[in-house]
Amino acid sequence: MITRRTMIGLVAATMLASTSFTGIAHAFEPNKPVDFIIMAGKGGGADKMARLMQSIIEKNKLSTRPLVPINKSGGSGAEALIAAKGARDPDHTIMVTLNSFFTTPLRQPGLKIDAMKFAPIGRMAEDTFLLWVHKDSGITTFEQYLEKAKKDGSKWVMGGTGKNSEDNIITDYLNNNYGLSMKYIPYKGGGAVAKQVAGKQLNSSVNNPSEALGFYESGDMVPLVAFTDERLPMFPDVPTLKEKGGDFSYFMQRAVVGAPGMSDEALAYYNGLFKKVYDSAEWQDYKKKKSLMGDFMSGKDLVSYWGTQVDRHRKILKASGAIK
Amino acid sequence: MEVISALADGVLVALQPVNLGLAILGVIVGLFVGAMPGLGSVNGVAILLPFTFVIQSFTGGATSPMIFLAAIYYGAMYGGAISSITLGIPGASTAVATTFDGRPMALSGKAHIALVTAALASFVGGTVSNIIFTAFAPALASVALDFGDPEIFALMLLAFATFVGLGGDDIPKTIFSICIGLVLATVGFDIVSGEPRLIFFDITGFSHGIRFLVLAIGVYGIGEMIWTINTSRYSSSMTQVDVSAKNIWLAIKEFKTAWRGTSIGSALGFFVGILPAAGATPGSLMSYGVTKLISKNPKEFGKGAIDGIAAPEAANNSASTGAMLPMMTLGIPGSPTTAVLLAGMVIWGLQPGPLLFTNQPDFVWPLIGSFYISNVVAVLINLAFIPVFLWMLRMPFTILAPMIFVLSLVGTFAAYLDMFDVWLMVIVGVAAFFLRILDYPLAPAVLAIVLGPIAEPKLRQSLLFSDGDFSIFFTRPIAGPITILAIILILLPLFKVIKNKMKAAS
Amino acid sequence: MRKAEIVTAVILAILSLYLMWKSGEPPSWNPDIARFDNIWMIKGEGPGSGFWPFWLSFIMFLSTIWIAVNWFRKTSPMSVSDEPFLDAYGMKMLVQVGGGLFGFLALIHIIGFYGAMCVFLIYYLKFLGRHTMTVTLLISVLTPVVCFFFFDIAMRIVLPKGYLEPLFIPLYDIFL
Repeated sequence: MITRRTMIGLVAATMLASTSFTGIAHAFEPNKPVDFIIMAGKGGGADKMARLMQSIIEKNKLSTRPLVPINKSGGSGAEALIAAKGARDPDHTIMVTLNSFFTTPLRQPGLKIDAMKFAPIGRMAEDTFLLWVHKDSGITTFEQYLEKAKKDGSKWVMGGTGKNSEDNIITDYLNNNYGLSMKYIPYKGGGAVAKQVAGKQLNSSVNNPSEALGFYESGDMVPLVAFTDERLPMFPDVPTLKEKGGDFSYFMQRAVVGAPGMSDEALAYYNGLFKKVYDSAEWQDYKKKKSLMGDFMSGKDLVSYWGTQVDRHRKILKASGAIK
Repeated sequence: MEVISALADGVLVALQPVNLGLAILGVIVGLFVGAMPGLGSVNGVAILLPFTFVIQSFTGGATSPMIFLAAIYYGAMYGGAISSITLGIPGASTAVATTFDGRPMALSGKAHIALVTAALASFVGGTVSNIIFTAFAPALASVALDFGDPEIFALMLLAFATFVGLGGDDIPKTIFSICIGLVLATVGFDIVSGEPRLIFFDITGFSHGIRFLVLAIGVYGIGEMIWTINTSRYSSSMTQVDVSAKNIWLAIKEFKTAWRGTSIGSALGFFVGILPAAGATPGSLMSYGVTKLISKNPKEFGKGAIDGIAAPEAANNSASTGAMLPMMTLGIPGSPTTAVLLAGMVIWGLQPGPLLFTNQPDFVWPLIGSFYISNVVAVLINLAFIPVFLWMLRMPFTILAPMIFVLSLVGTFAAYLDMFDVWLMVIVGVAAFFLRILDYPLAPAVLAIVLGPIAEPKLRQSLLFSDGDFSIFFTRPIAGPITILAIILILLPLFKVIKNKMKAAS
Repeated sequence: MRKAEIVTAVILAILSLYLMWKSGEPPSWNPDIARFDNIWMIKGEGPGSGFWPFWLSFIMFLSTIWIAVNWFRKTSPMSVSDEPFLDAYGMKMLVQVGGGLFGFLALIHIIGFYGAMCVFLIYYLKFLGRHTMTVTLLISVLTPVVCFFFFDIAMRIVLPKGYLEPLFIPLYDIFL
């Protein structure tokens, strides 16, 4: 009896609620918790940022319903992409992405995922890469680095996050263009890589600033060159690779996307929501402290940015033999 | 001296009403989250992370939010033992070893002794590690840095060695169990080659691997439960405990007989805990194994030895403090939970790293002070709740069993929000039931799926480094002795078997 | 259980062989790599991606042979046991409980976790546990309610709702 009565009550309440909603007929607002898929495991760089965004939204009460983070780290993002693609309610499913958003569909065509089909909510930042060595190596310039790495051949060991990942792409670039044959060892996370360099288990790494910052401040790790277009405000004395004559810069996108099939009203809502997050003092502060670049980008601009990135990654992966 | 005055100041900050209140709240939340099969400290900490931002906007600074999260971590470590003992389901990988003796003890009507021992051993482990942490934190950070890939692999080998003896009497079945755990651990994405592996029938769900919780809850929550229903014919086989203050007091007095396990767990747990990538699980296993090795009554282990509860519980608490060390001084998480805590520290605007102790003493010392306080709060609250948990055991088995099934399904889903895991968990559970009837030991498989994903990449990273030369595990100054010790420990039982066979033959 | 012991050993042996075969699988995007290329040491790189699972599956296979040998020589306890693997009671129980669990799983996809939980508890408590209607209803209604407040509201872990989702929207309006 209890169940039936409750059910009847609930149904009545639903009907009341839904009529009142249609009565107002205003723009989209989530009416239930929003699935916030993270393309990485708990504690990684992407996860940190996602949780920061979630915290900012929660703290400033930007959303009427909470964002529920769901970590889907499988298959370097494949699992997350499939989950978002098959979302039952695209208006309540959003995802934080990295560059595996471009590379995974290219590397695993069987997934039948087209990055361009996702709803462009907003690019929150671009993470940067620097080349790091341990201070005891005595290396202070990029030239010395090249000389030493060339001499050591495959005895020179570079560490990075995952195989065929961003770090691997940069390592391949250096190997191919400067006649090096550095060995690349993949690790699970950027923090672990930085620790291995600080502990002198590895010779060098291409960590994001946020991963190596602790060891940079303590003086254990030295940045040699930045893979950016302009010098980073946090490392004014570190030249870019372009200054050193290389024609290469590389960034990691930190963007929020909506599930394919998201309605325009919902997209407009999330555009506004993440613009507010981007403009918040907390986000700006984080961006500055972790040496992140890139302005907020959404809608058509973001889609065309994705287009160029997909083309670029296809070329890079083909060149390194990771795809055919 | 400097350390002591800094610590005293820190304790005073931690005792401020706001911080003390947050510590108490955190411990209670952690205790329940930890006691719930499926949810562990990781989920507790991750879920309440946004809430800490709200705390920060009231209190300013990162100290109070961190005290809150650290208290959840502590509480969950205590709570993990509760589901291991009362329900027989390890809620987190750190509490698997606690089921070995906790469950048999509960079944024989000594659940109160098991729960009290777990609480007190946790307290001792936590306190010992806090003292070591306070005194030697910066110095120990460099030890953690010296542990590269070959060293961690050697340590994993040692962890395996200590639990080779944990299986049943049937040697081939034990070997089978260890190996299937290690093989299933490789399912999913291989970080070294960048390729997916063992994706059975191309089902996407396998791409995140077979999670520890799926195996643990399947084996214990479903398989073991159906087995119990089958053998007990729907009625409980549990001997009921008389909950009284006197009984609890007697249990507290009995704790002193567990000094051996407690001290080994406290020391070993901390040391393994500070090594990045290792975490609390190997620490608790090794402590269990070592305590069994040097115990006067090794035969009692697995049948309800009090030392068998004290060792892993002291170790997992000790290790959880230990894991804070690389997190704070190196910015490296030693476990999934510290990974989330680390994310928190970054979000609150701190920079973990070698300079944290010098640059942020206002954060570090109150936090360390709060470890001591949370630990005291946790043991008191835990002891106070023991009658409640014991009362759960008094439920008729026909009510308890379906509740455990419901908790198993919900808990598995809640951990990763993935229905695939829930299906797989039930299927594993039914398979485990069949194997259980035939006396296949399944604990080794459950443990192997925790250690496998740490050991295999370390093996391959080491060999990548050495161009495929295995001597790297023997020639490095730290890795060498550990590897040799591990190999001796693995071969020891084999020698015994061969000797016995020869004797029998002649 | 003598028969069950050898049947299980054979099944597990087949499983081991399957795992060995699966471990040697080449990456899907590159047909140039032959199966089982990855189970050896790759020069300068150490073990390939199939090394660990392949050889451990091989040890699994060997241990099933060992189990079979023990069975043949009647040296293990299970190979001499003449107890039935599952008696009539056990069979019935397994169908009732196991079937109930799979029913629970299937129902989650239709009426969500909370609905399925309620149905499962009514089934188990009433039909298997033979409890009174009052006890049954009390537990099977209270459990989903408590779970909803613990998971959806307090912990913000949103459990699937299936087709009952519209019923929860007003609850979110009130409690979130």
